[in-house]
Amino acid sequence: MSRSQADWTLAAPAPPGGSYERSRTDRTDALFRPRLGLRRFIGTLFAVTCLLMTVAAIGMLVVLLVRVGLDARPWLSRHFLTNFPSTLYPERAGIWSALVGTAWLIGLTSLFSVPIGIGAAIYLEEYARKNWFSRLVHLNIANLAGVPSIVYGILGLAMFVRFCHLGRSVLAGALTMSLLVLPVIIIAAREALSAVPDSIRHAAYALGATRWQVIWHHVLPAALPGICTGIILALSRAVGEAAPLMMIGALTYVAFVPSGPLDTFTALPIQIYDWVSRPQSDFHGLAAAAIVVLLAILLTMNALAIGLRSWYQGRQP
Amino acid sequence: MMTDVQEYDLSNDRSGTIARPAIPAVQVRPAASSDAVPQSADDAPVITTDALSIYYGKFAAVQEATMAIPPRQVTAIIGPSGCGKSTLLRAFNRMNDFIPGMRVTGGLRCLDWEVYGSKTDAVELRRRVGMVFQKPNPFPKSTYKNVAWGARVNGYRGDLDELVERSLRQAALWDEVKDKLHASSLALSGGQQQRLCIARAIALQPDILLMDEPCSALDPIATSKIEDLIDALKERYTVVLVTHNMQQAARVSDLTAFMYMGRLIEFDATNTIFTSPHNRQTQDYITGRFG
Ligand SMILES: Nc1ncnc2c1ncn2[C@@H]1O[C@H](COP(=O)(O)OP(=O)(O)O)[C@@H](O)[C@H]1O
Ligand SMILES: [Mg+2]
Repeated sequence: MSRSQADWTLAAPAPPGGSYERSRTDRTDALFRPRLGLRRFIGTLFAVTCLLMTVAAIGMLVVLLVRVGLDARPWLSRHFLTNFPSTLYPERAGIWSALVGTAWLIGLTSLFSVPIGIGAAIYLEEYARKNWFSRLVHLNIANLAGVPSIVYGILGLAMFVRFCHLGRSVLAGALTMSLLVLPVIIIAAREALSAVPDSIRHAAYALGATRWQVIWHHVLPAALPGICTGIILALSRAVGEAAPLMMIGALTYVAFVPSGPLDTFTALPIQIYDWVSRPQSDFHGLAAAAIVVLLAILLTMNALAIGLRSWYQGRQP
Repeated sequence: MMTDVQEYDLSNDRSGTIARPAIPAVQVRPAASSDAVPQSADDAPVITTDALSIYYGKFAAVQEATMAIPPRQVTAIIGPSGCGKSTLLRAFNRMNDFIPGMRVTGGLRCLDWEVYGSKTDAVELRRRVGMVFQKPNPFPKSTYKNVAWGARVNGYRGDLDELVERSLRQAALWDEVKDKLHASSLALSGGQQQRLCIARAIALQPDILLMDEPCSALDPIATSKIEDLIDALKERYTVVLVTHNMQQAARVSDLTAFMYMGRLIEFDATNTIFTSPHNRQTQDYITGRFG
């Protein structure tokens, strides 16, 4: 099967002269019906439809934000952040206990869920054999991430509040929230780990490194931005959750801040829920103000996630 | 000597002193064991395979390869793409271990290790048998850290700065990077990155350097630099070079192994392979009749 000269002449350009030009036009006319006008019209139609849908989605959000903002406007002040809630005097009510409760809750939740989540992800991605069992585990973790949060509340009530006798403490709340965010963290961390190219792992192994050294020195640092983003997004979900906390019986009216993990507590979403469900319109204004604060916290966390990622990418050596 | 048994002799070449057992036209038989054939310990083969087969699941990527690779020479493995060159090379430092379903039968000795023996620690083996990959894969860290890391994790007790400089000099990279040792290695050109990978490998002072098509991602100038480097490296290291580029094998290697469809067809002095190969398939391949 030697490659003869004939093979090459096929690929060579057509010889100069009229024949090439004519054959090209002939083929176009015979075989194609461009209908350019129709195709361009369909294209424009599609683009306009997509634009309208974008406007609808963003528009609704903007309306929502503006309404909440207007309702919240008169109530937002420094005192609103530093005062305890009050059922009698809305003008003196604040969210201090809810803010501190949320901080406790998220602090403890990250304390539990971050090491466990990263550890589990490392095990599943770097150590466990890839067989049907590990695929089953992976599938079930993905399913757990989709379980409604109220179900985690029920589990937390049975396990932490009743069985472990933790009562309505921040600790019970944080443990429940950890269950809720763990699957999300594991999935995010696994994805970040598996995005680390194998060539890095092989390079390190070929230098006589142990598995632990490969993971600790190369894989984990490379995956860290992705892992951090996943953690922050998972925790910001926990910040906004009310249902599991209601289920385990977080208090709605708390005029003190927790001084330890076993104290009772309230959190921002619970406080908002409480205020919204009161008949007086003053409390609705308070709820709007608390929502603005909650949104600000969430936005800050998301910005942090994005900032962390880009900072890390800029910091190579 | 034109029997079917060939004893090769490259004048003023070290391979001439290596006791070569009878070589059937198809395969090179290694010495049955190192003490069966008297030879100075210094020139004993550093890698010997004995009917080595490597499987991916049921598929035999390498079939019954038997060869003995002498020290401080460049041994090239050539053959068409997919013939099992990389698979064979990766067996030498157990980099195939990361492929699920990989299985090995037959014997493989590397330095003092029975490579797939139960007592062999792949981590220990890999410090003595370094590897350079097809695509340059420096760590996304500084040039300095790239070279120093392997030594550091292996508990190197000498002066790291000195080691980094020496390795980069040996890899003919020092002059180009000495002013930016602590800048990211990803800013280097492809050819520089590949020489960095070589520096990183020789920083561990291995005995054997495995190279899997180290130039296939590089331009001709970078390629010729690496080829010069390989030539210099055989002073100290045994180099096993996989290449699909026959000119490269002819240029830089002392010995050439030709593989085809998982089989080691012929293993002989490069001269012989390229001028008077004994096997018909080898001849067809090097004259470009297939591949
Ligand atoms: N990870 C793998 N799993 C299954 N088959 C593989 C794998 N890697 C390589 N192979 C197969 O083994 C054969 C030899 O591959 P390889 O050693 O990479 O060839 P070469 O390096 O000579 O191009 C090929 O047929 C290839 O398809
Ligand atoms: Mg290959």
